[in-house]
Amino acid sequence: MTIRHHIADEILVSYASGSLPEAWSLLVATHLALCPSCRKAASDAEELGGALLEDLAPVDLSEDAFDKLMSKLESADPEEAPVAAKKQTADVPSVLPEPLKSYLGGDLHALNWKRLGKGAYHIPISLRNGGGKARLLKVPAGQPVPAHGHRGEELTLVLTGSFTTHQGEFLRGDVEAADDDIEHMPVAGPGEDCICLAITDAPLKFKSLGARLAQPFIGI
Amino acid sequence: MSMHDNISGSGQGRGRLRLVVVNSDARPHLGASKPEMADALVDEFDIDDHAACLQAVGAHQDKRAFQSLFSYFGPRVKAYVMRLGCQPGQAEELTQETMIKVWRKASQFDPSKSAPSTWIFRIARNQRIDAFRRENRPELDPNDPSLIPEPEEAADSVIEQKQSEMQLLEAMKHLSEDQKAILKLSFFEDMSHGRIAEHLDIPLGTVKSRLRLALGKLRSTLDDSRLPPTDGRRV
Repeated sequence: MTIRHHIADEILVSYASGSLPEAWSLLVATHLALCPSCRKAASDAEELGGALLEDLAPVDLSEDAFDKLMSKLESADPEEAPVAAKKQTADVPSVLPEPLKSYLGGDLHALNWKRLGKGAYHIPISLRNGGGKARLLKVPAGQPVPAHGHRGEELTLVLTGSFTTHQGEFLRGDVEAADDDIEHMPVAGPGEDCICLAITDAPLKFKSLGARLAQPFIGI
Repeated sequence: MSMHDNISGSGQGRGRLRLVVVNSDARPHLGASKPEMADALVDEFDIDDHAACLQAVGAHQDKRAFQSLFSYFGPRVKAYVMRLGCQPGQAEELTQETMIKVWRKASQFDPSKSAPSTWIFRIARNQRIDAFRRENRPELDPNDPSLIPEPEEAADSVIEQKQSEMQLLEAMKHLSEDQKAILKLSFFEDMSHGRIAEHLDIPLGTVKSRLRLALGKLRSTLDDSRLPPTDGRRV
């Protein structure tokens, strides 16, 4: 699998800095599992963070800070000292990579899809804080996704199947970026339902009156 | 080739996997010396070499090495979280929590993957997000079997990937003042692209291109000692 549509470098820098909202970080981290090239770029961006940290003028800690820390470590029960958060990692690759799989509570077979109309389904993903919306979308093979412009930005990560826009074909792992200036009309490819993770920083505005009226109810 | 071979034999997580295996039945706790591991991994080290110190802490809970790391990085981590809006008391607390994580996770540090400052930055960043944004920080799981591994690399390129802090600071010098200013807003003020654009009164596109160029410059400086990108998409 070769990824052809990557995450923009400026988004990777914000991911590295910690300033991306949770929805965006979820999509970026899930893409990183599928894309060694972006993984490398993100880790380079974190090197910027390390360099900036070193460049900061140090602020003195209290005089007994180190002793306090050591006594905290000494009093900690070694049995409770976590080496790393223990995750249950299955042996077989799943369709949904981490961290998305954990956010949804399981792989594809475990999901409860909600009907969206025209054969499409979705699952809103709950996040701990505001700042973006995330949802999983399922569009039947060969069907168009309703035409919409954007307020703000949207990223879509393909997980199964494919879709096509004027920018070309998007397959598993590919990310499509759209913003205010783009009116795109993605059409799911033939043969397989297209499942993708879509995140937005503002509600989409649909073109057709019907879809616009339905918008408050379907929560996208 | 099995997935395991693939992951442990290439790129991401090479050293880390090996260390995790070594440590799989040993929880680090204070004073527990493991001389056989210490011999295998670290014999003697330079107390001013942060990478060697992290490895000494990871291998045998070396307090002297930890104190050296604490005195250098502690005040910088405090400065970092204060820049992000912490009061001095909270900042002191968050610094302690960060350094506790450094102590506990030191065995996962892999000097062939990142500079010590980068590794500690990641921990401080995540502590800060957890404590103040009340948000999760979705992260890659390097052990996820769905992870697509790096293409195979020549074994002798591995050692060259080591990024010293000196190299990083050198790379920073090549950034323009504009680029540095924007990086600081992103890293230290928690600002989105849109807010940076408002704050500096420049177009959103300019914010994005400056961030992109800053990363590109860093990569080209660091890439001098590395293999070219595998798919040639970035420099």
